Amino acid sequence: MSQADQAAKLNWTLLFLCWLLVSVSMTISIFFSSVLEYEPCVLCWYQRICLFPLVLILGVGLFPFDKSVVKFALPLAIVGGLTAFYHSLLYAGIIPESIQPCSKGVSCTEKYFELFGFVSIPMLSFFAFSTIIVLLLVIKRRTSK
Amino acid sequence: MKYVLVGSACLILILAFVFGSSYYKGQQAEKFGFMAQKNAELFVRQHSATLGSPDAKVYIVEFMDPACETCAAFAPFIKNIMANNPGKIKLVIRYAPFHDGADNFVKILEAARMQGKYWETLDIMFKTQGVWASHHNYQPEKLWGFLPQVGLDVERIRKDMHDPSIARIIEQDMADVKALNVQKTPGYFVNGRPLQVFGYRQLQQLIQSELDAQYPK
Repeated sequence: MSQADQAAKLNWTLLFLCWLLVSVSMTISIFFSSVLEYEPCVLCWYQRICLFPLVLILGVGLFPFDKSVVKFALPLAIVGGLTAFYHSLLYAGIIPESIQPCSKGVSCTEKYFELFGFVSIPMLSFFAFSTIIVLLLVIKRRTSK
Repeated sequence: MKYVLVGSACLILILAFVFGSSYYKGQQAEKFGFMAQKNAELFVRQHSATLGSPDAKVYIVEFMDPACETCAAFAPFIKNIMANNPGKIKLVIRYAPFHDGADNFVKILEAARMQGKYWETLDIMFKTQGVWASHHNYQPEKLWGFLPQVGLDVERIRKDMHDPSIARIIEQDMADVKALNVQKTPGYFVNGRPLQVFGYRQLQQLIQSELDAQYPK
């Protein structure tokens, strides 16, 4: 296999991992809301708005591999990541609850689930979005050479 | 090859979702066998304090009053049964402050819950009950001295106990007391079945029969 082929294969694999991560995240998110019946708060919805399209956008970018997928996916991942970051701060109480924009419906600091006692849903979301951002940036650098 | 990879990933996720939800639903159905009944919320309200594993299948619902002597006498008995059947029993505390002034002690207890010291406070209240509630002669001022022992901020309790949310809890519990026809404290229901003849042995039998039904050997 030539070096170019190998590089192309690695690019595809990286994008596939990206897609896999958002797909797993979406499945868990829908599992939380539909099966465990955790009602999503406003901030969760903003993150879902950024997350769900990524499954399709990244999926389409896989067949055949299209490097411009990064251009379309990165803004969504960044907006989702920022929202998740803000949500995590709110949840942890670093930003006081009084200035949160979601006073109606479910509180954004409602504790539903904490993995190992400290990993909250907003933190999982933030982790997923940041990983996607990093992977997309790696793909971008590798393909713009 | 790539299509197969993505396709199988999709399939695995869908299968995981479907199996996960059917497993969860099965668990819920088992766990809430009696809770699935129409009037389950009469026994366990959202606000009710509970002790024990969330997976427990035997619910002991106790209508009590912190100032009731028999309730205090039953507390170690219940604790013992729960310790002998780890993970199988869940205790639900409901309030039935029948005597005048008894609701003040419920208010103190609920205010202690806001500080995260519910069970410790109930424990100390039962242990010192003879001092502040002997023969239904309620002397709340004698209780205050004991509360700091479990690390409670007494000044905060004095403020919090008048919170309207606590009054609503008592109101709701008293409404359920009427609906379930609880006449005396402590009033016990085990998985919705009332304790008909009062006594240690009878309660023990009722709990054991539910344990046997829910956890067949």
